[in-house]
Amino acid sequence: MIKLNINGEARSVDVDADTPLLWVIRDDIGLTGTKFGCGQALCGACTVHMDGQAVRSCQTMAGDVGDAKIVTIEGLVGADASKEGKAVQAAWRALDVVQCGYCQSGQMMSAAALLSENKKPTDDDIDAAMSGNVCRCATYHRVRAAIHDAAKRLEA
Amino acid sequence: MTAHTNIPAAAKPLDLSRRGFLAVAGGAGLGLMVGLKVDPAAAQGAAGGVVQFNPFVKVAPDGAITVVVKHLDMGQGPTTGLATLIAEEMDADWSQMRTEFAPADNNLYANLAFKAQGTGGSTAMANSWEQYRTAGATARAVLVKAAADKWQVAQGEISVDKGVLTHPSGKRGTYGAFAEAASKIPAPTGMAQETPYKDASKFKLIGKEGLHRIDNDPKTDGTAIYTQDVKLPGMLVAAVAHPPRFGGKVKSFDDAEAKKVKGVERVVQIPSGVVVLAKSTWAAFKGRDALKVEWDFSAAENRGSDELLAMAKDAVSKPGVATATNTGDAEGALKGAAKVIEADYAFPYLAHAPMEPLNCVVDLKKDRAHLIYAAQFQAIDQPTVAALTGLKPEQVTIETVWAGGSFGRRAVPTADYVTEAVMIAKAIDGAVPIKLVWTREDDTKAGYYRPFYAHKVRAAIGADGMPVAWHHRVAGQSIFSGTALEAMAVKDGVDETSVEGASNLAYAVPNLKVELTTLKVGVPVLWWRSVGHTHTAHVVETMIDELAFAAGKDPVEYRLALLKDKPRHTAALKLAAEKAGWGAKLEKGKGRGVSVHESFNTMVAQVVDVSIQKDGSIKVDRVVAAVDCGVVINPDVVRAQIEGGVGFGLGAALRNAITLKDGEVEQANFDTYEPLRIEDMPKVEVYMVKSEQKPSGVGEPGVPPLAPALANAIFSATGERVRDLPLGDRKFKSA
Ligand code: FES
Ligand code: FES
Repeated sequence: MIKLNINGEARSVDVDADTPLLWVIRDDIGLTGTKFGCGQALCGACTVHMDGQAVRSCQTMAGDVGDAKIVTIEGLVGADASKEGKAVQAAWRALDVVQCGYCQSGQMMSAAALLSENKKPTDDDIDAAMSGNVCRCATYHRVRAAIHDAAKRLEA
Repeated sequence: MTAHTNIPAAAKPLDLSRRGFLAVAGGAGLGLMVGLKVDPAAAQGAAGGVVQFNPFVKVAPDGAITVVVKHLDMGQGPTTGLATLIAEEMDADWSQMRTEFAPADNNLYANLAFKAQGTGGSTAMANSWEQYRTAGATARAVLVKAAADKWQVAQGEISVDKGVLTHPSGKRGTYGAFAEAASKIPAPTGMAQETPYKDASKFKLIGKEGLHRIDNDPKTDGTAIYTQDVKLPGMLVAAVAHPPRFGGKVKSFDDAEAKKVKGVERVVQIPSGVVVLAKSTWAAFKGRDALKVEWDFSAAENRGSDELLAMAKDAVSKPGVATATNTGDAEGALKGAAKVIEADYAFPYLAHAPMEPLNCVVDLKKDRAHLIYAAQFQAIDQPTVAALTGLKPEQVTIETVWAGGSFGRRAVPTADYVTEAVMIAKAIDGAVPIKLVWTREDDTKAGYYRPFYAHKVRAAIGADGMPVAWHHRVAGQSIFSGTALEAMAVKDGVDETSVEGASNLAYAVPNLKVELTTLKVGVPVLWWRSVGHTHTAHVVETMIDELAFAAGKDPVEYRLALLKDKPRHTAALKLAAEKAGWGAKLEKGKGRGVSVHESFNTMVAQVVDVSIQKDGSIKVDRVVAAVDCGVVINPDVVRAQIEGGVGFGLGAALRNAITLKDGEVEQANFDTYEPLRIEDMPKVEVYMVKSEQKPSGVGEPGVPPLAPALANAIFSATGERVRDLPLGDRKFKSA
């Protein structure tokens, strides 16, 4: 049994320690907002927060999580949403960022993590922080604009 | 859809049906029903009493209007677009609109452009434009009639705004309140004439800014369900070891280690490989990796990309096997021409690489098969599954969910991945539902690529600098040959999709010949966002630029002179040039290029600005696009699609190629087939040409102009032509 703290809830799951956190979250916990895109830390679709840091859950082993607090997209924008989570979601909706939507949980997780560290990111800051999040629909142009928009919302 | 209609079967409610409805309903008649009561249990989000007014519109007692969406939404936004058409004709409020994906039913939900149920060719809005508005207008008419009957007033005195019906006497009500009564009103003869579509001047939603995508909420809170997220009771996840070469077969396998993996339940063989079925996705992957499989490559494609490209190059050095276009005498005119320019081009295989790797859920029972996945081509998939299982097509039900991208990959004439999923379900006799899951590597290596092509063009200009002859040869695989759709798309040895965009050259060139040699290679190929235009536009639009340069003319002026009888091309080109500030002097190290191309009846012109980096690489700074897609249904969705098309085209042009070595695909994941990333994305501005023409597509047409405009921009900065794609590691020097 491995004990995990996911979106503020204590969970224990019967998986091997080398199971990627991604599959624990999706298959065992049943939270499917976190997506599988590459399995190799190359696309960011699986991004979650681990103690506030954006990490690729496909390359984070369940056994290595320990006491760290995991937040998924459901936690980022749910009842206990952080202010960054709320701002990012509002910006994403206002700017109609999504197309197929499959990458967007990961984009939003990375964006929220960036904004919690950098209140006023420049385009270059955004590109650097978001480079690991692939969007095959190429919504990048709007991702950039939405992060600026979310930053403004946080200021207000 | 089994509920009965209150229209007598013999009656022909032609007036109600009008245009689109007629074509869809075919002989079944089900498409014409009015007031069909839906099983409340089947209706989502309503307590009951949901009334379905036609195949496309349902109204719940609380006033929610559910639009049945016959197209797959892979991100291009047809869900938003189709809901807009219904909301417009019903004068509904955007907040009362809901959507659900249509089941597989070729009679009710055919794409009128294909006469078969499926999504592609940028047709979703174009083919639905009249059909969905009719559906909305006729539903509105019976609802208004029900209100008129109840209020004892004339129908014409009732107005509807934001879903609220009002009468000057002060009476008010919602659609929900009249749905039940309206369900009992048979379609009055002549109703369609009494309820014509709204005049464009009355549009409140169509063409207006500020209407947000209807899928924003579920796609920004993690609740949107994709195939990957489907879990049925008892379901096993299936991972497949595929032969590493196309046409390879399983010779033998050893599953001892695979079966030791915790969670692995079964290992079975199917025609396309060896399958590991497990209780979780991770166990299925681990089990699959632990398999030892020996392959038989005796019938496999064993050649490499170098060999294949050499074959294509050789083919274009000779007369083509088939002729696609032949006007005037191109070869004769070339002989006597003042100046001839000859150029060769090469394009690689490209993978679609949708963000969600392919997958499919199958629940197979003795008397039925239920599939859940992002179905893009139900008209192929449903009969294919029926044939595989021995069931009747109507015993095969398909539930469509959101697609994590497609770019063409989910609509396959062979139904490849659906077939694989069904073969797995069959191999275990439908004991439990299965979910086939491909990894990124599986997806990249699975074939069905945009074909590789070689082109050769010899073009000549006269003394006035204008083109006198254009002789164009294309060699590559056919997308349609050998498929069930061959007869439809291959005429006189020419697969239209190999030459489209070149064979119908928009420019006025008096002598034009386009030849095609179709190559046979054992690598499956498929349409890829904008199909043949992905390569023909590059050739045409860079060659026309070469001719302009050879003539000493401005590339925009030169094109305009050759597009005199093409007003839509002209308008798009002028708009893009104007908005981009065409003609301004650029600093050293910067370049600007232009292109204009028609695909799927939409014209897109793009102006691309690049800067040459210190290391000789290229950075795209800005893309200005102008689009004429007829009537704009949702301007922001048009913008989004052109932005996405630019990004999709740019990623491919910069660095994407699928290559083979001894028959094996050399790319696997996003490190070796690296998509465009955010730092590569330019600023994109999109402008729309005002039009009253019927809407045409926007999902694909943003892609073709990008690569040639980029190549022309690089030329303007460096004097070097880009004829082969992708750019890869190529370095440039400022001129
Ligand atoms: S799935 Fe983890 S980075 Fe792609
Ligand atoms: S929205 Fe489709 S991959 Fe990003």
